[in-house]
Formats: sequence, structure tokens, C-alpha cells
Amino acid sequence: MTSTETPTGDPIEGLVGFTVVLRAAGLAVTTDRVAAFLTALDTLDVTSRTQTYWAGRLTLCSDPDDLPRYDRAFEDWFTPPRGGGRTRIVDERTPPPPKLAALTPSTQEGSDDDDDAGETSQVFARASGEEVLRNRDLAELTPAEREHLRRLLALLRPELPTRRSRRLRPARHGPPDPGRTLRGALRDHGELRRLHRRDHSRRPRRVVLLVDVSGSMEPYADALLRFAHVVVRRSPGSVEAFTLGTRLTRITRELRMRDADRALAAAGKAIPDWSGGTRLGEVMRAFVDRWGQRGAARRAVVVVFSDGWERGETDLLGVQMSRLHRLAHKLVWVNPHAGKQGYAPVQGGIVAALPYLDDLLAGHSLATLEELLEVVRNA
Amino acid sequence: MWCAPPAVAHASAFRHAGGVTDSPAGPAESPAALAAALRSTGYLADDGLATATFLAMRMNRPLFCEGEPGTGKTALAQALAQVLGAKLIRLQCHDGIDAAQALYDWDFPRQLLHLRALEATAGENPLDTEAVEASLYDPRFLLARPILQALQTTPSVLLIDEIDRADDEFEAFLLEVLTEHAVTIPEIGEVRATVPPLVVLTSNRTREVHDALKRRCLYLWLDHPDLAREIEILHSRLPGVPERLAAQVAGAVRALRQADLLKPPGVAETIDWARALQLVGATHLDVDSAAATLGAVLKYREDADRVRKQLDTLLAS
Repeated sequence: MTSTETPTGDPIEGLVGFTVVLRAAGLAVTTDRVAAFLTALDTLDVTSRTQTYWAGRLTLCSDPDDLPRYDRAFEDWFTPPRGGGRTRIVDERTPPPPKLAALTPSTQEGSDDDDDAGETSQVFARASGEEVLRNRDLAELTPAEREHLRRLLALLRPELPTRRSRRLRPARHGPPDPGRTLRGALRDHGELRRLHRRDHSRRPRRVVLLVDVSGSMEPYADALLRFAHVVVRRSPGSVEAFTLGTRLTRITRELRMRDADRALAAAGKAIPDWSGGTRLGEVMRAFVDRWGQRGAARRAVVVVFSDGWERGETDLLGVQMSRLHRLAHKLVWVNPHAGKQGYAPVQGGIVAALPYLDDLLAGHSLATLEELLEVVRNA
Repeated sequence: MWCAPPAVAHASAFRHAGGVTDSPAGPAESPAALAAALRSTGYLADDGLATATFLAMRMNRPLFCEGEPGTGKTALAQALAQVLGAKLIRLQCHDGIDAAQALYDWDFPRQLLHLRALEATAGENPLDTEAVEASLYDPRFLLARPILQALQTTPSVLLIDEIDRADDEFEAFLLEVLTEHAVTIPEIGEVRATVPPLVVLTSNRTREVHDALKRRCLYLWLDHPDLAREIEILHSRLPGVPERLAAQVAGAVRALRQADLLKPPGVAETIDWARALQLVGATHLDVDSAAATLGAVLKYREDADRVRKQLDTLLAS
């Protein structure tokens, strides 16, 4: 690398420092990317601001969402500070959340040395308690029950839907497989001894979860996001998750983390409009435009978790739901209030969306969420 | 559709300039020289794009192009092939694509025919099994699919189009080929490229491509060009287009992109529209000619209905 007059002295140090800032800003900067960045600069002209900019943008970014962050960091790092101070490297990541010591409150800690009868009755009580909890409204849980529910959610093993693939696989039944049959014949010097067959294999069908995190859904948001985490973790390649509020946020990447608490903390950080208002129609349009039509919703099972409270006009929502209906394989709306006594779908949003739905389900308790999984699997 | 007049002078000059990677002369000299060479093929590259392609050649890295449909991702590969005087080999990805469609396959019917022919000519003499088997796996029975073709052809540009349509298993398979520039065929041995092909991958972002693949590539995000550049593109692609028509079409498309449509038009649509207007003999864009040729630029009924109602305000702006 040619010697340059950068304010830091050693140019490499300054450039690597820049990658550290980028990492702190949330870009997936790996060591090999840094190496590629330095190689690129070596090929180009380090003293040129544009070329340095492009060398970094081409090697260190990997997503259109990275670009504004990169631009900001580049501006901060390579523009000489006016006040004379230097940009400090600040780790903006939150420290990992403390692990929970006990997942359920220990009610009878001292009863270890009790006799067998006491123990069985306790287990029984817990089991029936679970049964009750499964049917309780998620919004009305005590903190202890909430904790217990988290554990139950984490135990869910959802089965996801599949679709017929274009790819043909060797199979017992189905049309003949000329390639394998002939290959078999080749082994036997051209004698056809066995007819091999093939059939279409099955692949996971895409599932899209859209979770409303506006103020009116707040009591359910945490449990629903945990539910989304379980589903995303089950099949990270075929499940997408978004939150709806005043804007659309994609949280699939965050929810792919193994640890539920960490994944939720990361998702919470990514969601800028937590407990804000809703503009369902506009957000839904953003989803269909940016993701749905391009492929995320095509032939997918789309599940919307929302109470359907729409502040603005509902015409827009109706139009978007009809678009989504045409793209998706199945469109399911989950309304936490739908399971309550005396519920009627009268909220503006629901009324507009109803003609396009394949299913309107309740989603206020663990039992109803399990029902939802059943519907999704059989879609 | 994006055919441009061939850049005879440039292409032939660079074809003899030797390998892509170590030749200091020709388009690989600097990003600016490359941009000029691309311009001569009719492809207008900005700073970022020229730098990206320049680095891709020098660093021997695949170029991963992402962007809205119709921003010239595929056309870039075609222009690069022209500039380098290289053969463009295209692999169109689709759902369920596998190695046999991308890499190589054995021609079973011909192998079988060969075997029967051997039997027929052998007559009474017994055949040597070993020799027969060896003759079956002769390179002449090998069907080279795009990736193998690219490794065997020098120089070549390998375009892996719409990688987001393929499955993730296929991505993992590509990783190996793209880093090693070699494939192993069990019956024949390793096939290695003497000069690695220049690889261009494109994605429409219908699905997020795995980070492991992106990490090995240069990442280029392509946006719609600005007004001046789009007019320039129109002139270079459609040499006879009147100045006024080009400016009006580019301006109208720009307005359409901001009009919140289901499918905002890309550069390809701009060119189609201008060509359509040229064909119907329009010298400028007015409400009648625009309404008549709207199908070249808008592909959804809802969009067309909306725009048709506001055509006069759109054209006035």
C-alpha cells in the first residue's frame, strides 16, 4: 500500500478502525471482509475519497439496509472533525441480558424431604395448572404465569407446511426415471433389469408472520413475538417475520438467534415504533410492495396477528389484503379478541379484510396458538 | 432486448491484451478506463459500478448485483463480456435447479448406444470389461452445463442470473465452485480454469441470499439512474431518438417511479417505451401517444388505470 497522509498516521490502523465502527453500527463485518477491503484499497487509490468509499461499500456491505449506515459511518470517520476531537469507537450494543436463574417461581422450596404423596400431588397440581394456563388470556397473566408461559412456548415444536417441489427424487412409486434406469442398465452391460422410478419431493412452504405491535396489541406483543421466535427457529430458511406499527420492520434476522431473550431484545431494538399507533393499510402496502410481491408472500402461508384497529381509512387495507390474497397460498388473520365472548368482527380493519381471508382465528391463549399451528400446517 | 452495437475497436484490442488479472493495459487499468470501455458498448457505468467491476476483475471475486428489476444487472454482464471480448455464459437459476443442470451431466442415451455398438461389432470375441467401461466415460459423452463451460472457456464471463430463485442447497454448492474455480468429475478428474471466469451474480431480493455466499463476493446495490443519466442511456441505446422525446420519456418515467405504483418501471421499461413511441412515429410525448403506448411501461392493470386518469398532470410536470 502506498504511503498516505491520513490523520491517524498508519493508514491500515485507521482503516481497520473504520471497520470496527461499522461493526458497532450493526454491519456484519467479518475478518475476511476486512481483508477484502484492504486488498481492494491496495488495488485502488487510497488517497481518493471516492475510491476509498466504494472499496468499503463493495466489500463491507451485504444488504441495502446496510448502505445508509455505511454512509453515515463513512462520513463520521473520514471527515476531519471540526472541533478537533476524534470520533470515538463506542460499542452501542447492549450487554447481554442476565440469564434467568429460575424459570418458574419455586413455591415450595423447602418441601424436598416431603413424602411421596406430597410430591405427586404437587406434580399433579402443576400439570393441571398448565392446562388452565394454556387457556388463559395472554393479556391477563401475572408475571409468574408469564414466565411459565414463556417456558411452554419454548417447548412448542411446530410442524410447518410443505409443498410439492419441482425437483424429482428417486421414489418407490411414480413415473419411470430414465437416467437411473439407464445407469443401472450400464452397470449390467446394457441389460435393463429394473425399472427405477421417481417422484416430486416435498419442500417447506414459506410462512410469513406479520405481528401488529401497536399500542392496542401491547399486552399480546411479547407472547406473540416469542411465538414467532419459536416458529422462525424451527425453520429459519422458510419463515419470515415482520412487525406492523406505524411502519414495517423485518425482524427475521433478529429472531433467528437461538436464545429467546436475546432474540427478543434484538428485535425490540430493531422495532422503532413499539406500542405506537397503527396505520395498517399503509404498512400492509409497504409489505406487499417491498416483500410480498417480490416473492416473500408468493405461494406462502401468510398469518397476520392484529386486532384490526385502523386509525385511517380502511379502503387501502382492503385493497392490500386483496393483493395479498392473490399472492399468498393461504391468508390467515389472528385476532386476540376473536376468542372472547360476544366478539363480532366489526372493527374497521377486520371488516375491510374479511372478504379476503381464508381463516379468522383467535390467538389470545396458548391453546388457540396451538390451533393456529394446526391450521398453518394443514394449509 | 439490450442489444447494443458491438464495440469493435475496443473489444478486439483487449482480446489480445492477455489475461484479465495481470494485464496492466486495456480496460482493467483503472476504473475510469473500464467505464470508458463500457460506455463504448452502450452501457453507461457510474463511479461505483466501474469501481466494482474493476475490483471484481483485479481481485478475482464474483460480483453480486442486487437491485430493483430493470436496473441493468443482466445487461452489465453482457456489456462486460463485450468489453473483454469474452464469451458470455448464462446460468438462469430456478426453483429446484441442481448440479446436473448447472455443472455437467453424462449423455446416457449415447453411452448406451455406444455400448450396443461395441456389442454388435465385437461378434464372437469377448469384450474387455475394463476397457469398455473406460470408453463409456469419455469426455465426448460429457454434457458441459454453464458452469463447466465457463471453466473450460477462456476468457469468459459467467452470469448466474436470479440466484434468489434457486434453493439454498444450490448456494452452498456454488460456494465451492466460486472459490476454487474448479470442479471434480469422479470419472475424469479435476477441471480447473486456466484463467478464472469473471462471475456476475444477480438477485432481485425475493429471498435473502446466505451471508456465506455474499461474503465471497463484492456487493453492488444498483439503483435507478438519475434523470441526466437515463436520458444518456436512451440516446446510447436508441441512436435515432429525438432529444425532446428522450427527455420527456425519462422525466415521465421518473414521475411514475414516485407515483406509488405496484410495479415502478425500470430502465428496461424506459427504453421499451421510447422505442415504442419511436415506432408509432411520435416526435414528442403527448397524452394520446402516451396512452396508446402505456403497455410498454406499465404491466399491471391497476397501475395503468390509475395513470391513465392522471396522464395530463403527469406529463405537465
